[in-house]
Amino acid sequence: MTDKNTPLWEVFIRTRNGMAHRHVGSVHAADATMALQNARDVYTRRGEGLSVWVVRSSEITASDPSEKGMMFEPADSKIYRHPTFYDVPDDVGHM
Amino acid sequence: MYTQALNTREAAAPEDPEREARFQARIDAEEKIEPNDWMPEAYRRTLIRQIAQHAHSEIVGMLPEGNWITRAPSLKRKAALLAKVQDEGGHGLYLYAAAETLGVSREELVALLLSGKQKYSSIFNYPTLTWADIGVIGWLVDGAAIMNQIPLCRCSYGPYARAMIRICKEESFHQRQGYEIMVTLARGTPEQKAMAQDALNRWWWPALMMFGPPDGDSQHTDTAMRWRIKRFTNDELRQKFVDATVPQAHHIGLTIPDDKLTFNDTTGHWEFGAIDWAEFKNVIAGNGPCNKQRLKQRNASHDAGAWVREAALAYAEKRRRREAAGRLVAAE
Repeated sequence: MTDKNTPLWEVFIRTRNGMAHRHVGSVHAADATMALQNARDVYTRRGEGLSVWVVRSSEITASDPSEKGMMFEPADSKIYRHPTFYDVPDDVGHM
Repeated sequence: MYTQALNTREAAAPEDPEREARFQARIDAEEKIEPNDWMPEAYRRTLIRQIAQHAHSEIVGMLPEGNWITRAPSLKRKAALLAKVQDEGGHGLYLYAAAETLGVSREELVALLLSGKQKYSSIFNYPTLTWADIGVIGWLVDGAAIMNQIPLCRCSYGPYARAMIRICKEESFHQRQGYEIMVTLARGTPEQKAMAQDALNRWWWPALMMFGPPDGDSQHTDTAMRWRIKRFTNDELRQKFVDATVPQAHHIGLTIPDDKLTFNDTTGHWEFGAIDWAEFKNVIAGNGPCNKQRLKQRNASHDAGAWVREAALAYAEKRRRREAAGRLVAAE
């Protein structure tokens, strides 16, 4: 029997040219080559992709959802980062 | 993110009514719960059990159909069946990955199936005796699965809901290929039509049992509804399935094996006879026609593949060591 767990990989697929790779799920595989092959078999049986990335799950650093308030506060408190914050005279037209 | 590595599972977290209330408020607001979010232990346990048993069902479901791959009547049917069985394997893998986000490993989940500690859908403990069974499985079994699964696409747990969306897209092909087999047999020779009717007779009642015990006896329904893991009761889904399927049977001249079946003009529903719940309980308890055979076959395949898993890991480890040694030499 295998004692060691087979590593987990996150799978990202580019569905069409011009689109970014997008996370679709995960697979288990002993190495990167097999992870790519598994990802192809599991996630692209119906022409879902043009390109696949696999990344060892343990290599991902993620933010903690319970600290999202503190993490994203700077983005919420700076309304002057949005174009609608600024008044432009109506007769200038679309800007 | 489908990463078990990131899931730090709080060991026996004490009950926390305040957090639970906040959690329920998020659910009531139709917010999705994601892997690293706080959740009550009972929610986590319920989901692990449900998703794992769903995954096991997909994996064991490959066995009755795999039985007919080498005996399919034409190359077209064989290619379609092969693709369908491969899809079932894929569905099992999406679902295991979703369960793993709750902090349980793939190896633990597989062990629970192999030891018989966790169940799979009782339907797969019936044998596939003729080619028509393959038609009926696609039409009825996958049809019933779709009824069950469409509401799960809106389930409160994000990874489960996303896996279900992929699965539902693919199930539609399964159901149509099954019904097409039935249409072909029903329009064929008298012997072929009789074969189709015989398969329907054997699978109809087990298919109705797939929706689980009647609402009065279902232990998990209330909590599952409150947590939006479930959105319809077993009986509601069963009725939907009967209403959708009866006209499909009549369309191809097959008879539903139920002399109590009548259409109620007032409600617009098909009313059906009593289900033999003793049979259902007996199959769940492990005494169906194929329970032992299915688990034996699953265990044999798992054991026979052990050397492949070990060799793959050993090879990856060797490559890693060689690469590390190469880097040392280059650095000198």
